[in-house]
Amino acid sequence: MKKIFFPLCLVAAVAFVQSCKMKNTASAVIGDADSKVYVAPGKYDEYYNFVSGGFNGQVSVYGLPSGRLLKLIPVFAVFPENGYGYSEETKAMLNTTNGQIPWDDQHHLDLSQTNGEQDGRWLFANANNTPRIARIDLKTFKTVEILQIPNSAGNHSSPFITENTEYVVAGTRFSVPLGTEDVPISSFKQNFHSTASFISVDKSSGNMSIAFQIVLPGMNLDLSHGGKGPSHDWFFFSSYNTEQAYTLLEVNASQKDKDYIVAVNWKKAEEYAKAGKGKKVAADYAHNIYDESKQTATSVIEHEVLLLDPKDCPDMVYMIPCPKSPHGCDLDPSGEYIVGSGKLAALIPVFSFSKMIKAIGSKQFEGDFQGIPIIKYEAALYGEVQKPGLGPLHTEFDDKGNAYTSMFLSSEVVKWSLKDLKVLDRAPTYYSVGHLMIPGGDTRKPGGKYLVAYNKITKDRFLPTGPELAQSAQLYDISGDKMQLLLDYPTIGEPHYAQACLASLIKDQQVKYYDINKNGNEFVTMGEKKTNVVRKGNRVDVYMTAIRSHLVPDNIEGVFVGDDIYFHVTNLEQDWDIPHGFAIKNNPNAELLVMPGETVTLKFTPQKQGIYPFYCTDFCSALHQEMSGYLRVSPKGSNTPLKFGTGDIADASTQK
Amino acid sequence: MKQVHLLASIVIASLLIYSCGSGSDSGSQSSSSNAAGDSSMVTQRDKTADQAVLDGKGKGKFTEVKLTHPLDKAMLAKGKIVYDVKCGACHKLTGEKLVGPGWKGVTDRRKPEWIMNFVTNTDEMIDKDPAAQAMLEQCMVRMPNQHLSDEEAMNVLEFMRDNDGKN
Repeated sequence: MKKIFFPLCLVAAVAFVQSCKMKNTASAVIGDADSKVYVAPGKYDEYYNFVSGGFNGQVSVYGLPSGRLLKLIPVFAVFPENGYGYSEETKAMLNTTNGQIPWDDQHHLDLSQTNGEQDGRWLFANANNTPRIARIDLKTFKTVEILQIPNSAGNHSSPFITENTEYVVAGTRFSVPLGTEDVPISSFKQNFHSTASFISVDKSSGNMSIAFQIVLPGMNLDLSHGGKGPSHDWFFFSSYNTEQAYTLLEVNASQKDKDYIVAVNWKKAEEYAKAGKGKKVAADYAHNIYDESKQTATSVIEHEVLLLDPKDCPDMVYMIPCPKSPHGCDLDPSGEYIVGSGKLAALIPVFSFSKMIKAIGSKQFEGDFQGIPIIKYEAALYGEVQKPGLGPLHTEFDDKGNAYTSMFLSSEVVKWSLKDLKVLDRAPTYYSVGHLMIPGGDTRKPGGKYLVAYNKITKDRFLPTGPELAQSAQLYDISGDKMQLLLDYPTIGEPHYAQACLASLIKDQQVKYYDINKNGNEFVTMGEKKTNVVRKGNRVDVYMTAIRSHLVPDNIEGVFVGDDIYFHVTNLEQDWDIPHGFAIKNNPNAELLVMPGETVTLKFTPQKQGIYPFYCTDFCSALHQEMSGYLRVSPKGSNTPLKFGTGDIADASTQK
Repeated sequence: MKQVHLLASIVIASLLIYSCGSGSDSGSQSSSSNAAGDSSMVTQRDKTADQAVLDGKGKGKFTEVKLTHPLDKAMLAKGKIVYDVKCGACHKLTGEKLVGPGWKGVTDRRKPEWIMNFVTNTDEMIDKDPAAQAMLEQCMVRMPNQHLSDEEAMNVLEFMRDNDGKN
C-alpha cells in the first residue's frame, strides 16, 4: 500500500536512530496555530489545493488553510457519486486501446501557466499505470480530456508543463520495447526504451495532441520539471536504473554512484520535428474528449506518433550525472537552479543552468550514455547541500530564495538557502513524508505563507481504523524564519504531488448551472411537453425531465425483458446547487447525478419481469421523497402497450 | 447535509415558529430555515418593510412595469417557449395547482411588478415578501430560481396576460 522505497533499507538502521529525534505533537505545535487555520463558518479559504489521489485515480480539492475537503474530481476512476464512467455521456472518457479501464493510479498534477505563472485555466493529471494525461477544466471542475500515451509504461515523470503550457510532458518510468515485437525481457539493453512525450496544448481550446516522442535509452525516468526564464527552452528529467536492470531493481538498480538528470532542449526538438528529422511510426492510442456543449464524451483511436531519436538530432539531449537514484527534479523560481534529490544520497546536488550551457559550449563531457553526451558533474554543479537529512525526495521553493526538501527516511522538511546552500531549519513530519507543496512552489511566482507535506505513514496520528489508515497532509506556516506546524489532517487515497492557487484566481469563473437553452445534448428534453418514450427495435429511449419535485414520465409500461432502456434525464432547474439524482432498482449500471440544465443518460437492460421503482437520489426539496416513479417490465414477447406519463398517463399508441 | 436542513425546516414549519433569519440574504439552504412562518408575525414585521412590498409590488428592481395594449403577439409567443421549458413543469395554465399554483387569474391576483420581481428575484421574494411566503406555506416547495432574463420575464408576463384573456 504505502510506497516504501526498499532500496533505502540499506540505510534504514541509521534512519532508525534519526527517528528517535522526532518530537511529539505537543512540542511541535506552538501557541496560535489554531487561529491560523480557523476559517469561520460561511467564510472562504484563501487557497484551492488540488491533491492527487494516487491509487484511487481521483483528484481531491481542499481549502487552505482550513484543510476542509471541498470536492473529489473523478479523473481516471469511475465515480459512484455522480455516475462518471457509468453514464452513457462519460463512459468514453475511460476508454483505452484495451477497453474501458475503471481506475488508475494518479500521481502528479500541474496547473496551467502563462509566463511561468498560474493562469487558472486547466489542471493536468497523469495516470501512472496505463499511461494517460488528463485535462480538468477549472470552470466546471470536470475532466474534459484524456489522452493515452503509446510507447510508454509507468507514466511517472508526468504531467509537467512548459511555462506557457506549450506542452504537457509525459515520461516513462518503466522502459518497454517500442512497437509490438515479441522480445525476451533479457534483451532490455537492446530493445527497451524510455520515451519523453511532448503533448501540445491548444492555446484556446486546451485540446492535447502528441507532438513528438523523444526516444531515450532503457532506464527509469522518475520526475521532471520544465525550465523557466533563461531555461525556458529546456525540460529536465531525473532518472534511475541507468544500470538497465530488469530484475531485482532494489539491488541491481542501485549499483552506480550516479544516475542522471536528463536535460532536453524541447525548442530544438520542436525544430527537428518541423524539419522532418523524426520518424512517423504506427502506434494506437485513445484520445477522449468531453464536449461541454454536447455534454458528451467521444473516444477516438489515433494510429501514429512522431519519434525523435537523439542520434539524428544533435544538441537535443544531454545527461548530467546526479547522485544517487534521484527522485525529484525541481527548478527554482529563477530557472537557474536545478535540484536533483538523490534519494539514496546524503547530500542534495544543485545544478546551474548557465554552467550547464557553458559546459555544453566548451564540450566538457565525460563520455556518453548510449550516444547521449554526459556533461562532467563538476562542470554543471552549482553546489551541494551537505547533510540535509536522509532520503531527500522533493523540493519546492518560496518567495524568499529558500528551498524546502522532503526527507522520506528522516521524516522531516528541511529548509535551505539557494544562495549559500546552508540548511536553515528542520521540521518533523508524521511520518515518512513524500511530496511537498507550496502554492505556486514550482512556478516563477511562489507563495511564502504555507507549505503542505504529504505523509505516507500516519500510524498513531488519528483514531485507528483497522489495518488501513488514511495518509495525511500537514500544513506549515513558512512566513517566518522557523517553520511552524499548524494542522494535521487525513487525506483521501494516496496523495503524491499537489498544486494550490489563490482562490481569487478561479473562484469567480465557476459555472453555477448549465443554461438549458444552450443544452446541446443529443437527447435533451426541452421542457416537460417534449418528454417521450420512443421504441426502435429493442432500444427504448426515455426522454425524461426532472424538476422539484417530480419526474416526467413517472409511469412507464410496455417495456420488455432484454430491452436496452436509455433514461435521458434532463434537469430543468436553472438554479445553483440543485442537482437531481436518478436511480432505478436492480440496475447494475449505478446511478446518475444531473446538474441543473444538464442531460445525463443511464442505460438499463432489465433481466427479469417486474415493477422497478425509480427515484431522485439527491435530497432536492421538501417533497423529495415524493420524487419517484415506476417502470413496468413485462415478459419478452408479451403485448403490453407502450404507455407513459405523469399525472395523466398517455397511451403511446394514441399519440401522434 | 441538505437532508438535515430540509427536514429541520419541515419540523420548524409544523411548529409554526418564526425564526428571524438575520443575514440570510441569499441561498436556499440558509433561507429554508426561515422560510416557514406564522403569517400574523410576518405581517407585523412587514410594517417596517418598504413601500413597494406594502403596495403589493414585491421586492426587486421592478417598481413600474409598462404594459402593452394590445398584447404583443411576438412577445407572448416567446413567453410560451420560456413557459414550456422553464415553468410548465410546475404551473398549469388552468387554475389548478400542480406543484405551484395554476396561472389562470394570476395577473388579476398580482400586480405586474410583483410578478416581474418574483420571477427575476425569486429567493429574496420568498424570504421577504409576505404574499410569496404565504404561497410557500401552501406549496411547501420553494419556487426554483429559473434565471429568466428581464426580457424573458416580460415575455412570460405577456403570455400570462394572454392566458387571462387580457388585451
